[in-house]
Amino acid sequence: MAREKGYTKKNFLKGIIAENPLFVSILGTCPALATTKTVEAAIGMGLLFTIVLVCSSILVSLLRKLITDEIRTPAYIVIIATFVTLVKMFTNAFLPELYSTLGVFISLIVVNCIVLGRAEAYASKNNVFDSLIDALGMGVGYTLAIISMAFFRELLGTGAFTFGKIFTFIPTVKLQIIPKGYEIMMFQNPAGAFIVFAIILAVIAFIKNRKAELKANLEKQEKIRKAQEAKAAAAAAQAQTANGGDK
Amino acid sequence: MNIFISFILAILSSMLIDNVVLSRFYGICPFLGVSKKVNSSLGMGLAVVFVILLATLICWPLYNFVLVPAGIPFLDTVAYILVIASLVQLVGLFIKKYSPSLYKSLGIYLPLITTNCAVLGVAQGNTDQGLSFLSSLANALGTSIGFLLIIVVFSCIRVRLESANTPKAFKGLPIALITAALMAIAFMGLQGLFSGIVL
Repeated sequence: MAREKGYTKKNFLKGIIAENPLFVSILGTCPALATTKTVEAAIGMGLLFTIVLVCSSILVSLLRKLITDEIRTPAYIVIIATFVTLVKMFTNAFLPELYSTLGVFISLIVVNCIVLGRAEAYASKNNVFDSLIDALGMGVGYTLAIISMAFFRELLGTGAFTFGKIFTFIPTVKLQIIPKGYEIMMFQNPAGAFIVFAIILAVIAFIKNRKAELKANLEKQEKIRKAQEAKAAAAAAQAQTANGGDK
Repeated sequence: MNIFISFILAILSSMLIDNVVLSRFYGICPFLGVSKKVNSSLGMGLAVVFVILLATLICWPLYNFVLVPAGIPFLDTVAYILVIASLVQLVGLFIKKYSPSLYKSLGIYLPLITTNCAVLGVAQGNTDQGLSFLSSLANALGTSIGFLLIIVVFSCIRVRLESANTPKAFKGLPIALITAALMAIAFMGLQGLFSGIVL
């Protein structure tokens, strides 16, 4: 396979913007809504998710010639579930606060469509290095997406950013941004999660529509310009023939 | 009698107060994906009720009588997902053989259920919280009926939304999410519904 230059970079970046798993493909919405109460929880979730995604992508890619088509899905699920169990045990041992905050959602990484989707769509067809880069890009893209959701939810819901409660190895810091009494509690509730997600998707749709409109406008103008040029050229040609006729 | 009442209350509370979709965020993917038509959402909801109940019936004994005595309770997630995946396959085959008409209406949703977090979430939650078999069953029933209720109501609203005049940027998913948010606010009003009743 001939590789174009910069393929690796493109492969990594596509997961962050063009094919962002959460905001473009709308996959993995359950943890995105459930674990975004605070930025810190979102960072933790993104981290665990990325670890599982990268590890399972590598293993699936390594085994891609051994796993036959018929047993594909069960085999992938077992691989993913194994890594989730490992991650769960490590979290329980070393970051118990993160474990209790995320709760059952660590186990639910198993049924996160993104992990199975990347295994099926990418890792099962590509070599280990490409799969690793693809998984890293998707993981980082997903993490950034849930952090951005948590940013608005924590800022509007509590008026402050608190760090150090889940990752206990860093000192506790509380940055009060909106004065007390002006926060909107609703953003910490499930309803707020839905609203933040809806507005982010709407903004993305707005930007996309705007871009499409601009492009359509440019094309229209180009068409008009070309038509005018052709008309002018035709008129000039006609004038020339007319002149020629006079002579 | 008392057990019976607390069984019913447990079902109602996990169905209305602690609704799967709106407060625990399980099964958002099918909730958004398969709710464009009332019929298909009804099919999906029924299939989920079926699978969640069966999965609970199998997973709870599996954990308490096999994994714990064998000293490997940490393998619960792997065991559950295997049970669920094979269960979904089996249920599909069974329905296909005995009720082709039901298979026609449920068939396409069955494979999707494997990746519905509600199923694994309920099975995992039951054993994580150390619920008894009866409470697990109540939790499973309430959760799955709650899912059925919400997805059907939501699809009814979405059908009406199709013809509504929404801003261009909000068309499709964003307005559906706003609807879900409003439903979540409405369901918040049910909190404390049973607070007067001593269980």
